[in-house]
Amino acid sequence: MAEAKLINPYPKGLTEVEMRYCPGCTHGTAHRLVAEVLEELDIIDRTVAIATVGCSVYAYEYFNTDAVQAAHGRGPAVATGIKRVQPETVVFSYQGDGDLASIGMAEVVHAAARSENITIIFINNAVFGMTQGQMAPTTLLGQKTTTSPQGRTVEAAGYPIRICEMLATLPGASFLAREALTTPARIRSSKRSIRRAFETQLAGAGFALVELLSICPTWWRMDPLEAIRHVEEKMIDYYPLEVFRDRLAEEDEGGDTNA
Amino acid sequence: MSEVAEVRGNRVALEGNEAVAEAMRQINPDVVAAYPITPSTEIVQTFAQFVADGEVDTNFVAVESEHSAMSACLAAAVAGGRVMNATSANGLALMWEILYIVSSLRQPVILTVVNRALSGNINIHCDHSDTMGARDAGWVQLYAEDVQEAYDNLIQAVCIGENMDVRLPVMSCLDGFILSHSYELLTVEPDEEVQEFVGPYKPDNPMLDIENPKTFGPLDLYDYYFEHKRSQMEAYPAAKQAIIDEGKRFGEAFGREYGLLEEFMLDDAEFAVVAMGSTCGMIRDVVEDLREKGVKAGMLKLRAFRPFPAEEVAAALDGCGAIAVLDRAASFGAHAGPLYAEVTSALYSYGKQIPVNNYIYGLGGREILPDHLQQVYGDLQQLADAGQPAEPVSFLGLRE
Repeated sequence: MAEAKLINPYPKGLTEVEMRYCPGCTHGTAHRLVAEVLEELDIIDRTVAIATVGCSVYAYEYFNTDAVQAAHGRGPAVATGIKRVQPETVVFSYQGDGDLASIGMAEVVHAAARSENITIIFINNAVFGMTQGQMAPTTLLGQKTTTSPQGRTVEAAGYPIRICEMLATLPGASFLAREALTTPARIRSSKRSIRRAFETQLAGAGFALVELLSICPTWWRMDPLEAIRHVEEKMIDYYPLEVFRDRLAEEDEGGDTNA
Repeated sequence: MSEVAEVRGNRVALEGNEAVAEAMRQINPDVVAAYPITPSTEIVQTFAQFVADGEVDTNFVAVESEHSAMSACLAAAVAGGRVMNATSANGLALMWEILYIVSSLRQPVILTVVNRALSGNINIHCDHSDTMGARDAGWVQLYAEDVQEAYDNLIQAVCIGENMDVRLPVMSCLDGFILSHSYELLTVEPDEEVQEFVGPYKPDNPMLDIENPKTFGPLDLYDYYFEHKRSQMEAYPAAKQAIIDEGKRFGEAFGREYGLLEEFMLDDAEFAVVAMGSTCGMIRDVVEDLREKGVKAGMLKLRAFRPFPAEEVAAALDGCGAIAVLDRAASFGAHAGPLYAEVTSALYSYGKQIPVNNYIYGLGGREILPDHLQQVYGDLQQLADAGQPAEPVSFLGLRE
C-alpha cells in the first residue's frame, strides 16, 4: 500500500481558528492564497494585517500575523500610518467592496495617489454581505439586493464602480490586477497577482491592489456552483479580468532595453 | 397598514426595527438617505422594500457612508422635504460633523438611533455611548423603554421637530438588540390616523422661493455667530413644551400618553432609581417586588434627555431620601456618568440636598439582571444614613 504523502499542508500564514464565513464563500480561498504567498515570500514574521469592517472583520484572528482592526473603510489610511513608522514591515489591508468601494473610497484613492508602499486585497462580491445583502457600489445593474429588491437601476443608484479601472488613472498605482476566485486556473492566476502585489511592496515600488471577484451564495440567493457561474457569465463581463498595471514588469522591460 | 397588521387587527408582533420601519412607512417621508450599520440596518432595509413595493412616495438614496447620508438628509431638509434616517454607534459618530450643522440650520431631520457601543474596541451590542456622545449636538433626544414606545416616539418626533417654535432635529433612540431585535406585541395605529396626527409637512424657509432668495450655512464669524448660537438655545425650552404637548395629543389620539419623564411609584418613595431605555422595564418589576416587601422604592424614567428637563427631574425626586442614577455610558475623564452629572446638577440647581449614587452598567451589551437592581436599592439605605456616596462611581456586573 502506497504511503500517503501530504502535498498541500495547512499554510503557516493562517491560524487554526475556525473561520466564520458562510458555506461556499470564497473568503476562505482568498485568505489561504494570501497566507501561502506570505509563507512563500518568507515574510509572515514581518507582516501586519489590517482587518476592516464587513464579513472579514475577524481577519485578525485568521491571519497568523500581527493585526490592527481599522474603522470602516479606513484600511489604507491605517496601513499608511504603520508603513510610515515601520518601513521594513510588510503591511496589507484586506477589504470588501462595502468597505473599500463605498465608505472607504476616499482612503483607497488617496493612498494610491500618494503611491503608499502598501498592498490591498480587495474582495468584490457585489453586495454588502455582513449587514445582510444590501446594494453595494459594485452591485451589477439589475442585481436584486435587499435595498434594490426589484434590481439595481441606473435611475435609482447609478452605475457600478470599476475600482481597478478608476485607480489605473492614477500614476501612483503601481500594481493593479483583477482576478476571479472561480475555477482552479483562475485561482492560480489570483495567487500570482497576490504574490506580485506583495513583491511590488517588497521592492518599494508603491501602491499595489488585487481585486478578487468573489461569490456570496447567501445574499445572492444561489448555491455556490450557481454563484460561480454568475461570476463567469455576468460579473466578468462588467469587471474584465486583467493586469492593469505592473510597474515591476515595466521596469524590467525598461532595464532590458537599456542593456 | 401592512399585510400582517391587516390580518391581525392593529395588535401585531413586530421586532423593534420592524416597528420603526412601520412608523416610517406610515409617516411617508419625502427623502431617506442611508447607509447600513448593525443593529439598525433592518429599519432601512425593511423601508427599502416599502419603497420598491410602491407603498411610500419616498425618494430613497443608498449613499456610500453615514457622513454622506446625513449631508444628503440635511440638504433634502433645506430644500423643503420631510427627511428621515436610521443609524447606530460608529455610523452616528461618522455623522458628527453634520449633526451640529443640521441643528444649527434648524432642520427637523428625524433620525432613529439604535443604541450600540462605540468603538473601540469594536462591539455591536447595546450601550448609550453613541447618543450620549452626541448629547451636545443640538438634537432633541427621546429614549424608548419598549418597542411600543419606539414606534410611538418616532411618530411624535416628527411633530416635535417640525413644530414652528422648535424646528430642531430629533433622535429617537432604542436599545440595540434588546429592543431592535426583540419581538413585542404592540399596537400599530391605522395609517390614516397616523398621517392625520403628523399632518402634511410645512417647510420653513425652503430653497427656491424666488421672491425670497436665501443662503444656508454661510460664514458666520465673531460678528454674529454668538447671537445665532444664543437664538438656537431659545429653541430648547420650546422643544420641551412640544414634547409635553405632543405627548398629550398622542394620548388623546391613541390612548397612550407620554411626557418628558415618567414617575413610577415615586410619590411616597424613599429610595429612587433614575434610568433611561429598556432597563426601566426591569426596574418596574424590582420596584413592585420591593414594595411587596415594604420597601418604599420608586423609579424615575427619563424619556427626554435633550432638552434635559432639569426642573421636572428635581421636582419629581423631591422628598426622596436617597437616589441612584444608572448610566449606560461612561464619560471619560468626568467624575461620574453623563446622566448622573445632569441629575445631580438639576438637584443642586433647584436646591435639593439629596445624596445620589452613580452606577455604570451594561457597557458593550453586558447584561443587567434583577439582582443588580436589588443591590442598587439595597445600597440606598446605607447612602441615606451616610449622607454622601461611598464611591463616586460603582459598576454593575463588572469583573474587577
